[in-house]
Amino acid sequence: MADDRREGDAPEELPTGDSTVPPIGGGMGAKGMDQPRIAEDMLVEGEPPPVQDSEVALKSLSQWQLAARRFRRHRMAMVGVGIFVFMILVIIVIPIFQPYVFQNIPGSMRPGGMPPGEVQRLVGGEFRTELSIFGTTGEGRDVFNLVVNGGRISFSVGLFSMLIAGFVGVIVGSIAGFFGGWVDNVLMRIVDVFFAIPFLFVILVAARFFGRGDVLSLVLIIGLLSWPLIARLVRASFLSLREADFVDAARAVGVGNLRIAFRHILPNALSPVIVAMTLLMANAIVLEAFVSFLGFGIRDTEISWGNALANAQEGIRFGNWWWAFFPGMAIALTVLSINFMGDGLRDALDPRSRE
Amino acid sequence: MSRAMAATLPQPTTAEDQSGLLLDVQDLRTYFHVMDGTVRAVDGVSFSIKRGETLGIVGESGCGKSVTALTIMRLLDIPPAEIASGEVLFEGRDILSLPEEQMRHLRGNEIAMIFQEPMTSLNPVFTVGNQIAEAVRQHLRVSKREAMDRAIESLRLVGINFPERRVRQYPHEMSGGMRQRVMIAMALSCEPKLLIADEPTTALDVTIQAQILELIRRIQQDTGTALMLITHDLGVVAEMVHDVVVMYAGRVVEQGTVEEVLLQPRHPYTEGLLSSIPSKGMRGTRLNVIKGAVPNPFNMPAGCNFAPRCPYRFEPCPDHDPRIEEGGGPPIACWLWKRAPGHDIPQELHDRQVANARRAAEATTQAVSEAIPTEIVGRPVA
Repeated sequence: MADDRREGDAPEELPTGDSTVPPIGGGMGAKGMDQPRIAEDMLVEGEPPPVQDSEVALKSLSQWQLAARRFRRHRMAMVGVGIFVFMILVIIVIPIFQPYVFQNIPGSMRPGGMPPGEVQRLVGGEFRTELSIFGTTGEGRDVFNLVVNGGRISFSVGLFSMLIAGFVGVIVGSIAGFFGGWVDNVLMRIVDVFFAIPFLFVILVAARFFGRGDVLSLVLIIGLLSWPLIARLVRASFLSLREADFVDAARAVGVGNLRIAFRHILPNALSPVIVAMTLLMANAIVLEAFVSFLGFGIRDTEISWGNALANAQEGIRFGNWWWAFFPGMAIALTVLSINFMGDGLRDALDPRSRE
Repeated sequence: MSRAMAATLPQPTTAEDQSGLLLDVQDLRTYFHVMDGTVRAVDGVSFSIKRGETLGIVGESGCGKSVTALTIMRLLDIPPAEIASGEVLFEGRDILSLPEEQMRHLRGNEIAMIFQEPMTSLNPVFTVGNQIAEAVRQHLRVSKREAMDRAIESLRLVGINFPERRVRQYPHEMSGGMRQRVMIAMALSCEPKLLIADEPTTALDVTIQAQILELIRRIQQDTGTALMLITHDLGVVAEMVHDVVVMYAGRVVEQGTVEEVLLQPRHPYTEGLLSSIPSKGMRGTRLNVIKGAVPNPFNMPAGCNFAPRCPYRFEPCPDHDPRIEEGGGPPIACWLWKRAPGHDIPQELHDRQVANARRAAEATTQAVSEAIPTEIVGRPVA
């Protein structure tokens, strides 16, 4: 697959009829005078040979397009994409018809939910037989309803905290790597501090003291604690790319600092960041579940996968496995699909990393 | 011989050109402060380039050629680099003291540069058209469309077929020679007055080298751009330049017109460079080399930098530093050509060096004019 890259290549300077090879720099002295002017017909625009025409006419692909093509050919990544897209569709579409309604039923937390299958539910004063594919909880809540509605919050937390971490990380990493010197030193020491403190505790403490039990505060807490990883990656890329020849070349035509950093270096530094960000999203979804499970995350009046799992503790004691199994599976599948995509992205963005 | 060579050189177009100095570098010193100490990469270099003319800077790797160019462009990171002294006058203005904003305006617009490595000098994520158009838009108030049209024109100028399509291609779709043409097109897109070419053909295949040099020369003739050509290839020097500066370990050791330097070399280092070019008559014998290696940059000799490797070394050389500009005489940093304090020029040694140098020059002329590149490059010494 490595030779994909070269498919779009057009032949360079096609051999002309004249095969006499002129000496380097022509000849010195008398010989130099009667040197044939080197392949003059190559230097001026001439009638194009038809072969080259068709080759040049091949659609030319950018690095991103080539990466996208490699990604599409990556089987595991496509499995990941399939699962991921399916989950997204489910959590977007189904809650429209089956919204989550919080009902605080005092004393309702009790064992005895119904396993997946036909269930009896009390609707408007009379019992009705319904199909509940994920079973119900003790209060008679449909686990499927919890999973699809909970997914909305879990996905939002994952997505937005990834974006925040990516944004802050890219900015900080770019500045540190581009300017170097004391700027780099200060920023990287801050990053070191973030790495030195125990991450989970800080998340819990922050969620306990600053969290208001809503999506936004959880997103901010997770996002603002995860950016250092991205910042380090971006900085490392910048440090090496800063010395790249094309950066000097851009400077040599008068391109300014900001433009060099964000237009020339950043796009080249993004590959590892994109991979890290997908993994960060998976991580954020797990963190949300963890924090909510411990009761510091999303408040009880809303539903997330973490909340659903926390509520399921009750049921598990009585062998009602489906309370926990389906939210747990949802988390596992999502995280797995994201990791598959991350793997595929890594292979697609850096073809040399394979094998 | 020298008449013939002169005929191949581009002639200055007007009398005015001959008088006007475009670039005047005086006593330039660029040091690098690194962990292990200070490297004097450029240590008192002076030269000048007239409008529309070509100056060749030759010397082996690490002698400070590229650093000189990067200093003129102000592309070095400061620190670790330090421009310790000197001035670079471009059209009379000292560009070393220009604010960065004005310098930025000069780069690409008035002074452009071509780099050694065409494979890595283009940004892989943009089309070549975008990159040339960007260079144009840094300096000219034109729309994106016009900039792209200009990019197409400059690709046409450097002999790329189908420029309308090539502008939409990415660097990875082009070969090294093609990319170097793109670099040249980019450098020329704003019609600079000075073009600095830092070993523009070193990374290229021999057949492409000649094409690229020819292209640079043709464009230079057409546009009247002055050229500062950095190279270690004396064949290129012979073919392309008016004046030559020979550098060794951060210093200029000899300078003069191309005829003077190549046909009557005077500095022992220049002689060494010339005699290490293989020629037909030498088949079966060992290649001449300059013995020893470039001195450790952290520990330069106290006297002449070249003394440890010089076959003509005598008493003053290890202790006294021959500066090219001092003590009158020809522009040669050597005690065989200048009177060292307390020493006379040893006539016998001097004459022997002159004779050897002449012999080397003749052999070289022979070699360069007879050889075809495959023989210079490809064949092992029998």
